[in-house]
Parts: sequence; structure tokens; C-alpha cells
Amino acid sequence: MELLANLHLGFSVALSPSTLMLAIIGCVLGTIIGALPGLGPSNGVAILIPLSFTLGLDATSALVLMTAVYYGAMYGGRISSILLNIPGDEPAMMTTLDGYPLAKKGRAGDALVLSGVASFVGAFLATVGLMLLAPILAEIAFLFGPAEYFALYLLAFCTLGGIGSSNQAKAAISVCLGLGLAMVGVDSSTGLTRFTGGNLHLYDGIDFLVAIVGLFAVSEVFIFIESHGRESSIGVKLEKVTIPVRQIFETRWTMLRGSAIGFVAGVLPGAGASLGSFLAYMAEKSVAKEKDLFGTGEIKGIAAPEAGNNAAAGGALVPMLTLGVPGSGTTAVLLALLMTLNITPGPLLFTERPEVVWGLIASLLIANVVLLILNVPLVKLFSRVLQVPAVILLPGVTMISFVGIFSLSGSYFDLLLMIGFGVLGYFLRKLSIPTVPVILGILLGGHMEVSLRRAMVLSDGDWSYLFSTPISIGLWLAAIAGFIAPLFLRRFLSIASLRKEGEK
Amino acid sequence: MSDRLTGLITIVVALAFFAGATQLEQPFFADPLGPKAFPMLISAVGLIAGMVLLLRPDEEPRWPGMATVLRLVLATLILVFYAYSLKPLGFLVSTAIAAAALSYQIKAELVRSVLIGICLSGGLFVIFKFALGLSLFALPRWLIG
Repeated sequence: MELLANLHLGFSVALSPSTLMLAIIGCVLGTIIGALPGLGPSNGVAILIPLSFTLGLDATSALVLMTAVYYGAMYGGRISSILLNIPGDEPAMMTTLDGYPLAKKGRAGDALVLSGVASFVGAFLATVGLMLLAPILAEIAFLFGPAEYFALYLLAFCTLGGIGSSNQAKAAISVCLGLGLAMVGVDSSTGLTRFTGGNLHLYDGIDFLVAIVGLFAVSEVFIFIESHGRESSIGVKLEKVTIPVRQIFETRWTMLRGSAIGFVAGVLPGAGASLGSFLAYMAEKSVAKEKDLFGTGEIKGIAAPEAGNNAAAGGALVPMLTLGVPGSGTTAVLLALLMTLNITPGPLLFTERPEVVWGLIASLLIANVVLLILNVPLVKLFSRVLQVPAVILLPGVTMISFVGIFSLSGSYFDLLLMIGFGVLGYFLRKLSIPTVPVILGILLGGHMEVSLRRAMVLSDGDWSYLFSTPISIGLWLAAIAGFIAPLFLRRFLSIASLRKEGEK
Repeated sequence: MSDRLTGLITIVVALAFFAGATQLEQPFFADPLGPKAFPMLISAVGLIAGMVLLLRPDEEPRWPGMATVLRLVLATLILVFYAYSLKPLGFLVSTAIAAAALSYQIKAELVRSVLIGICLSGGLFVIFKFALGLSLFALPRWLIG
């Protein structure tokens, strides 16, 4: 009953004309961003955040707009996967495996509609899951003290680094880089400045939005100049779009399985949507009778990863909202948004600002319906954005990033810092050092240190306090397992092998 | 080679970070841990990770050729120029120049790049100024007075 009351509250917020409008605008923008190759949910949301501030939106509206963009980008990513064989974003990688071959057979329309429906099923079920699971997790989160939070942050870094990277040492370097950058600025508990080198601009610390836009968007420009449009393959033409009712019906169990797997992968801190779609695809392949058909344009090979990655996108919101620990790169960006809006995610958010949480959940349900409409009947319209040439797109993205960051602070220093992060991002990506842990480190470094120090105050400097409750011991064990297990499971599980499979 | 170098740089940075942390003042009334401990912990982890990378590098990434490196350096310079010119030259002029130069870096067609620069700068200005309501200076300030 409480759930219904909460939902009622949520829909009363979400159905106000202005919020509804923002959700629709977000869906459209998100689908376009997702469809454009090289512009995924994380950098898409990143360049839009500064702009959303200048609009002067209140917290709920800004959050609704950005999560609509996030969901939209997850839907849109499949369009370029299927038509161009280039994933619009990383989680859409698995969709290229069967989507593009099916499109080459002249059934691009079927592939797009089917994947659109699968996205809807995944995202919708995940939003329902979020609705049911988040309040429970928020209750549990009340039991968390500083020691548990410290272990939880560690868990996020370990799983993100362990699963998201092909080399543990590189992931650790990336995490340290982020945490180190988070130390720059005034220390919150003593008021001392640290690592600023006397530079006044650094007293407030490094603005994570500057780092995010630099690492995600500006570095993309460099990567693109290097690849020199090399990747622009010949796309498949989209002919008539019909709705393949029979095939949608045939893949109903595939979609449900994919959604369940994706949701669980999304909820695990640090794992994220790429893992969700990968696991959903692999699981479907292993239960299928005709395994050989996978990779040649099998409809189940499209439905499973799309349901999986969209479900993971919803699942990733659960730890982000209840614990303040993002489950993926994009939710890290959304966390940055929340922190800039002065909303602290965590259990208190559910009791003190229920209108934000439930308004968001209701908006997501609405956004899903909007996205289904946009992505099934209107998919032809969106496939047009693929024709925007890179010579226009890339400078455009750069200019938007610059103006966005400039409008935040109006300082040259932030722009130069952003370019610096862009160059850094280029080198990190060339060296296959993951960039998401850097962002997560900058975002969570301060919190992680504060929780460690608080734990030490409580225990008067006794380190064993960190392992004194069952919850924290469990989190420590999970963290260690999350970091070490991929060493052994690498051949089956890593994103790197996923990438190679995608290139074949 | 690249990974070994990265490992080495990481070690040096981690040591410098550690040294920086030891230099921090420890205030009298601080918490038991103080401001030094966490940065030291980070540098220790970084140090270990750097050593592992130094000893066990992955295969070499494919670095671009000289011509591309030059283009990338040029692109960086364009961005720096854009950062510094945004205020004094105004949005329209600086954006047109930077966008044209960037698109020329991606595809070397002069006329097309110039056109793209002008259209992008005009189009984005309309969006930013009138749809989003940002306060941007369209033209150099000495022109407006």
C-alpha cells in the first residue's frame, strides 16, 4: 500500500506538464545521442549537465531530464549497432553481433523493432525492479556506518576495476589517479589545503564535471581525429519498417531472461550495462538449441543483449540512489549531477526527499513508454541522424562541451583543465587504462576518506574496527572476490574478450 | 614499452604524492587519522600497481604515425586557442575559427571546413542564446563597446 501511495506521489510530480515535457525532450535527445556513433550515454549526459544548470531547473526536473537522456541513449545505442555495425555506445556492442548480420539480410527494420521492444521490456521491468528493491535496500542502508561505507566504496572500485578492465594493475592505477585527484583542495575536516601547489583555482578541488567532460567528450575528439573517420563503414539501408509480431512473441522468454540477468548485473556496484548485455547474450547462447545461428542474425541474439543492457541501466540506478555508489560510468555521471544539485543520495533521500525519488521513478516509467513510441514507429526518423558526418558532429560536440564548462564558472582555468583531462583521457584510452574509475575516484574519494576517518574516530584509531560487523566483512570479501575473480574468469568474462568478439 | 613507461611514471607520481602527503601539517586537534593517512594509502596502492605494470606489461598499443601525432598536437593547440579566445573574440568569431580548424583536422577540405565553422557557430549561438538563455558575447567586446 505504501508503494501505491509513493507511486501516486511520484506520478503527481511526473505528470505535471513541465516535467512531462522535459521527460519527452530528454527521450528524444537521448535517442539521438545514443544513435550517434562515438557519443554514448556517459559523454552525452556529461556534456548536457552543465547546460541543464544554466536552464535553472530545480533538482527533480534536472534529474528527470538527465535520466530520460540516459534511458534514451541506452535505447538509441542499438540503432548504429544494427545499421552501421558500430556500437553507438559500449553496452550496445553485443547487439552488433546479430543485429548487423540480420540487417545485411535485408531485415534491418525487423531488427530495429525487435530490439526496440526488447529494450522496452528490459527497461520497464528494471524500473519496476528499482521501485520494489530500492526502498528495501534503503532500509538496509540505514544499518551502514562509516566502516561499512568505506568497505562499500572499496567494493565499487574493486568490481569496476576487476570487471571493466583487462588488466588489474591498470584498473588500480586508474582508481588511484581518481582518488589522488579527489585529494586536491581544502581538506573538509581540518581546513588545510592539500596538493594545490598554491594555485587558488584548485582550493575548491577539481570540479568533477570538468574532469568528466574532458575525459569522456574531449578525448573522443582526439580519438576520432586519429581514426580519421576510418571506421565509417558502409551502412545498411533501412527499408520499410513493419512490426514482426510473431518474432516478438517467439523471443518473449529470451527478453525476460535477458532482463533478469541484466538487472542483477546492473545492481552490483561497478559492474554496469556492458556486463549486463554480455551476460544476457552468453546465457541465451548457452540455453539455445541452435547455437550456431548466433552471430549470423539470430533474433534471440538481438533480443537478449538489448533487454540485458537496458535492464542493467535501470538496475544501476538502485545502488546509485540508495547508497550513493554508482553501478556504471553513466550512473557515475548522474551521481555527479546529484552532488552538484546538493542532493546526497542514500537512505535519507528516500525519507526526506520522497518527491525526488518517486518523481524520478514515475518519470522513468513514462519515459519508457515515450521511448517505445519513439523507437518503434519513429525509428526511421532517428536512423537519419546517422547521416550526420563526423566533420560536423565532432566540432559540434567540442563546442558544446566548451560552452557548457565555460558557463559553469566562466574561468579559463577550467577550460584548460578540461583540455588537460581530454589529453589524459586520450593516453589512458590508448593504453587501455579504463577512464570510468578515474571519474568514480574523483567523485567518491572525498566520501571514502571521510568515512575512513570517521570510522577511526569512532574506534579511536583501531583499524580492526573496519572488519567488526558482518556487513562490512561481507563487503570486504565481496570486494576482494570482485577484484581477484576476474583474473581467473577472464577468458569467459572480460570486456576485452567481448570487444574482440565484437570486432570479428 | 608504453606500459613499462606508464608503470614508471606511476611509480614516480606515487612517490611524489607520498612525499607531498608527508609535508602536510598535522594539526593538534585533528582526528586520529589526520589529513595525511588517506593520501599515503592511495600512493602505496599506486606504487604497487605501477610496479606490477612495470614488470608485467601488456602488448604494445598501436600508436599513430608522425603525421597524425602532428594533427593531434595541432588539435590540442586549437582547443587551447579556443579556450583563450572565447571571451576576448566573442562567441561567433572564436567558435567559427575553432570549429573550422577542427573539422579541417578530421577531413582536409578547406571550403567545406570554413562553411561548417560558420554554420556551427551561428547555429549553436542561436541555440545557446535563445533556447537555453546563456549569456554569451556574440562579438568581440571592443566592437560592441
